[in-house]
Amino acid sequence: MQDVKKLATGHEAVVEACFDAGAKMMYGYPITPTTEVFTGWIKKGGEYLQTEDEIAAGFAVCGGVIAGQKAFTATAGPGHVLMQDALSMAEGMRLPFVAIIGQRGGPSSGTVIYSQQEVTLACFGGNGEGLRLVYSPSTIEELYFLTRVAFNSAWKYQYPTIVLTDGYLLKSRGVFVADKTIENAESYPLVKEGEKKHWRNIYTFEEELNEAVVRNKKDFDSIKKEVARSENYQTDDAEILLVAHGIVGGAAKDAINELRKKGQKIGLFRPITLRPFDNEAFDKIAMRVKKVVIVESSLGQLAQIVRAEMAPEIATPIEYIQYPALGIEAEKIVDYFL
Amino acid sequence: MNQENAAKFCAGCGYSVILMILNQVLAAQNVQDKAVMGLDIGCSLLGWNYLPINTFQTHHGRVVPTMLGYKRARKESTSVAVVGDGGAYAIGWQSLFYAARRDEPITVIVVNNSVYAMTGGQTAPTTVCGQKTDTHPAGSCEESFYGPEILKTIVKPGAYLARSAANDPKGIFAALEKAVQTQQAGHFSLVEILSFCPTNWKTTGKATFDYLENLKKIYKIGEV
Repeated sequence: MQDVKKLATGHEAVVEACFDAGAKMMYGYPITPTTEVFTGWIKKGGEYLQTEDEIAAGFAVCGGVIAGQKAFTATAGPGHVLMQDALSMAEGMRLPFVAIIGQRGGPSSGTVIYSQQEVTLACFGGNGEGLRLVYSPSTIEELYFLTRVAFNSAWKYQYPTIVLTDGYLLKSRGVFVADKTIENAESYPLVKEGEKKHWRNIYTFEEELNEAVVRNKKDFDSIKKEVARSENYQTDDAEILLVAHGIVGGAAKDAINELRKKGQKIGLFRPITLRPFDNEAFDKIAMRVKKVVIVESSLGQLAQIVRAEMAPEIATPIEYIQYPALGIEAEKIVDYFL
Repeated sequence: MNQENAAKFCAGCGYSVILMILNQVLAAQNVQDKAVMGLDIGCSLLGWNYLPINTFQTHHGRVVPTMLGYKRARKESTSVAVVGDGGAYAIGWQSLFYAARRDEPITVIVVNNSVYAMTGGQTAPTTVCGQKTDTHPAGSCEESFYGPEILKTIVKPGAYLARSAANDPKGIFAALEKAVQTQQAGHFSLVEILSFCPTNWKTTGKATFDYLENLKKIYKIGEV
């Protein structure tokens, strides 16, 4: 099949990607800005259940995927907090759990459209070790593509998988190309009829839990090369390296175009997966630039990841542009450098 | 009986009897292979490798939404949620209430020993007036929590709600048989089973049975 060019909102792109990924069931609870993912899925005829809260939605997804069904959910902000209970079970039991998260920030009920304040929650929420796959799309086209990739990664590697977006991108409308050539990973039951599987997620001894966590981390590290994604933009001769994810990554590109016209040698490293972070690709550039500038709509949630992942021998100075909860347009970034 | 592994429940606990009878019911209905048992957290979790049927543990209060998700994905299965009175009627009540209201075709077994037993005997929704617990050393006196009776007001026709007791194996068998048949007919079923907890009741011998008999006076046995 050919790639198809479409005019659509972010919501519509996500819903189309879920259908194209072979998703069969959505459990949801209305919350801005992901309500339209739910209602869009329903309008297109997807099987669904509106649960009593995000806790039930999350655990019903757990039950569905254990049975072998491509089930998923979508939520935001306070719902994302409640979802951590089920995401933690999915991390512990290695469930192919897919969640679309539309960040709305916080603390508390936050706002409803724009934020990058749910990065830590998506990557490291729950009582666990952050063994999750977290994708951060920057355009509607990437929202479609990474939603497809998320289902495949979840069912291939069995980690909870999050498409971390925001209300701004979900509500934007634009032309995008839906890549219809992507092949889908097959779903399969994690409990087979009659196999008498005895499956626990609570351990009697600390040593047993230690073994399980170490094994899961080892697997996580071993898939990193296949899973980790990033984009380099104008980095070949760059002396300043911006780091930005999601839609801020898009604004950063516009800012770079402006600043280059003014003679600045500036480029962008854009992590597409926040977990696992593509540290090899990042380090290669970070070690040769004069400074790294991390730009985000939060007080350093991306910066925490970058600092933790950067090789300790890299001494490049790091600066921060942080506007928690605010939209970051190209001008804001350009102004920083003038 | 086909017990797979030694029970890890306390001496005198009702769980091993209840799970054994559940297995007998599933075998009698020839659905052992299609059955899957989800366990809540609390003493229920100890049943994870006890029976020759597919079993997995979930989170505290979350077994009901997990098992309805399983059932919706695999409609030919017999989906059983095993949960204590705290998991069912406190932290998981919202999910249980709505599962019943939507007539989810799953079977919920609530093992009611009137305390949070795994954590050492704290007040549960089912704790009876005057019962002393770690969290109410002087005795709590909230209204007793009548789970099946409350759910009776919101379930759809065809649902099955009952209460039995751990010292009545025939009664448990009959109730669970009806519950599994109800699920097969496409409706919600819940059986609450009053159960022994000599460890937290701090009883021995006859006093344990007397304690259960007293519970039976408060929580009426039979179909609700």
